Amino acid sequence: MASDETVDTPGAAASPPPTGGLEVGRVVDGFRLEERVHQGGMANLWRVSHPQHDEPLLMKVPRLRPGEDPATIVGFEVEQMILPTLSGPHVPRFVARGDFTHQPYIVMERIGGDNLAPRADDAPLALDEVTELGARIAAAIHDLHRQHVVHLDIKPENVLLRGDGTAVLVDFGLSRHDALPDLLDEEFKQPMGSWPYIAPEQVQFVRSDPRSDLFALGVMLYQFTTGELPFGEPRSMRALRRRLHVDPPPPRALRADCPPWLQELILKSLEVDPARRWQTAAHLAIALEDPRQLPLTARAQRSAARGLMARLRRRYFNLGQPSRAPVPRGARVQMVKSPIILAAVDISEPAADLAAQVREMVRRIVITEAGARLACVSVLKTGLLTLDDYEDAQGANRQVRHLAALKHWARPISKQLNLDEGRLTFHVLESSDPAAALIEFAQRNGIDQIVMGARAHGAVRRYLGSVSSQVVAQAPCTVTVVRA
Amino acid sequence: MKIALLTDLHANREALEAVLRHAAAEHVQRFALLGDFVGYGADPAWVVDRARAMANDGAIIVQGNHDEAVVRGSRPSMRIDARHSIDWTRGHLDAEQLAFLAALPLSHHEGALLYVHANAWDPPKWSYIETRHDAVRSLHATECRYTFCGHMHEPMLYHLSGTGKAGEFKPTPDVAIPLPPHRQWLVIPGSVGQPRDNNPAACYAVFDAAEAQLTYHRVAYDHATTAAKVRAAGLPQDLADRLHDGI
Repeated sequence: MASDETVDTPGAAASPPPTGGLEVGRVVDGFRLEERVHQGGMANLWRVSHPQHDEPLLMKVPRLRPGEDPATIVGFEVEQMILPTLSGPHVPRFVARGDFTHQPYIVMERIGGDNLAPRADDAPLALDEVTELGARIAAAIHDLHRQHVVHLDIKPENVLLRGDGTAVLVDFGLSRHDALPDLLDEEFKQPMGSWPYIAPEQVQFVRSDPRSDLFALGVMLYQFTTGELPFGEPRSMRALRRRLHVDPPPPRALRADCPPWLQELILKSLEVDPARRWQTAAHLAIALEDPRQLPLTARAQRSAARGLMARLRRRYFNLGQPSRAPVPRGARVQMVKSPIILAAVDISEPAADLAAQVREMVRRIVITEAGARLACVSVLKTGLLTLDDYEDAQGANRQVRHLAALKHWARPISKQLNLDEGRLTFHVLESSDPAAALIEFAQRNGIDQIVMGARAHGAVRRYLGSVSSQVVAQAPCTVTVVRA
Repeated sequence: MKIALLTDLHANREALEAVLRHAAAEHVQRFALLGDFVGYGADPAWVVDRARAMANDGAIIVQGNHDEAVVRGSRPSMRIDARHSIDWTRGHLDAEQLAFLAALPLSHHEGALLYVHANAWDPPKWSYIETRHDAVRSLHATECRYTFCGHMHEPMLYHLSGTGKAGEFKPTPDVAIPLPPHRQWLVIPGSVGQPRDNNPAACYAVFDAAEAQLTYHRVAYDHATTAAKVRAAGLPQDLADRLHDGI
């Protein structure tokens, strides 16, 4: 326990720091240190190899010096606790950990790609790249929240891209897991996280709101779009607190070709009140799916930061905010309370009865959860051959017709359920394989439940029935099949 | 080594049987029984016999305040229903069973692990750990990294870092929680026989010593049968009613 006491007691200068003696060629629990690839304030990163692991590996070793900021150590503990619970393509795979009584470390998959800091340096970026990065990072954040974890330190340095473009989140030293003790709770006197990116509630020491990560994503998208940080780089608590009551300059004031929908999307992410932001990362991602559908509010038109009166008003309203705001519900619950329901609608005439029944089922589901969103999807079946120009023009017409029919289908419930404010989106997919198109759409957009019809009898059933059974078998979410 | 932590069994046979079945499915290798085998419930003899058999098979076992009270017998100074309950329980235990309860140690200490019914600072006084402050007091009273306590009927986890920062956590069932040994941990698994957090399912926890991991569990059992037995025994009505709501 001697080294243990060194770790936990600042000022215990007598014992040598346990990180001492790490050098190329040394073997720690079977992992051979090959090269130090990063020396950071909190930790060093080593490329390591192991005879039983073929993949590239990274070892993270905390920098522990007597009198060191306890955040370094506790943050490392937090990462050791959380990373092993995570899986999937959006996090580095956990391999091993070493405890504080010997040599503390975490070994994980080494992601080949670069982090996004260089892209942030190159900003402003092309608008296509901004939306592409937004969708990819949102998918990664959604997958993390699904696994009960709020990251709380989303910034360009902590997002990596794999070779195929998949976003990977790293560094869980400040993260919060819904179902594990929060070792950082009440530990520190200053707000934790990277100050340019953290949400107003993080400034007020709230550590359980997944929407904090969406604020940070909003800061990144603002930065990618304009080349500026919306709240600068605060160096004092006073400067940090400005985001509680001062609006950032709207992106369009800094970049004329920023479309109104992108400004809407970014400023919605940067709302002070989490309840006015995107409620889940999937909601943001699905808005990026077809941004022209995004309902534009006053946010989209703002041309300058709001005036003194608005600031004072906000300041006044924000004074009591910590007590006014409900206690955040944690990553997973927030997601469960804000599901996206996909209605797969066959708008062809013979299926009218069934489409009405699907609509009724959708109504029952959406009405149960005030935060639910509805994505109405119709698949336009295409041939396998390449379309020529004539068919292409016909195809565009069919798209428009489908969209109109889809909106008509949704009308009775969109009014009844008051599905305005972007709680309702429409999507016409084109594919030769309707089931595969629905499954892929559900996957990409973090859909929680698919509602679709299956015909009761007749020749068509064999065909359509196979669509629903394929979706049931392969979709990544709950599927409700409605029979006429 | 997976150790099942069971406490506050309170003469509830159905709950104990359900927990033992669950623990077997979890491949538990050892049991720790943290006291209060009797009191409140209608099956004291069965539960004491079972505890004795488990102790003979190597289970760790400590005494609780209800066990002590039954051994000593009721006092005129006690509340009437407490007196009634103790007299009733004594009347349903034979001399051998009472002797077994009387001989139980107040705490048990094995390496970095401490097992005690109420707290580490003064076990025979039976003070409760109700706050973070109480937990820190208990953790300061022992060198052990891990303390396992009963007495409080609601599951809870406290921790203390070497820099003196303490935290508390209401556990989520069935989620493995890493308990690294450079912190001190105080584990309250919650009551097997009389849960009180508005959830009637029996509480217990499994500590995996090799992995330094703790998992709390909730186990549904047939509390209607247990409550019927309590009523049939003529014990106070509310001791039966509360099992239904977990209060």
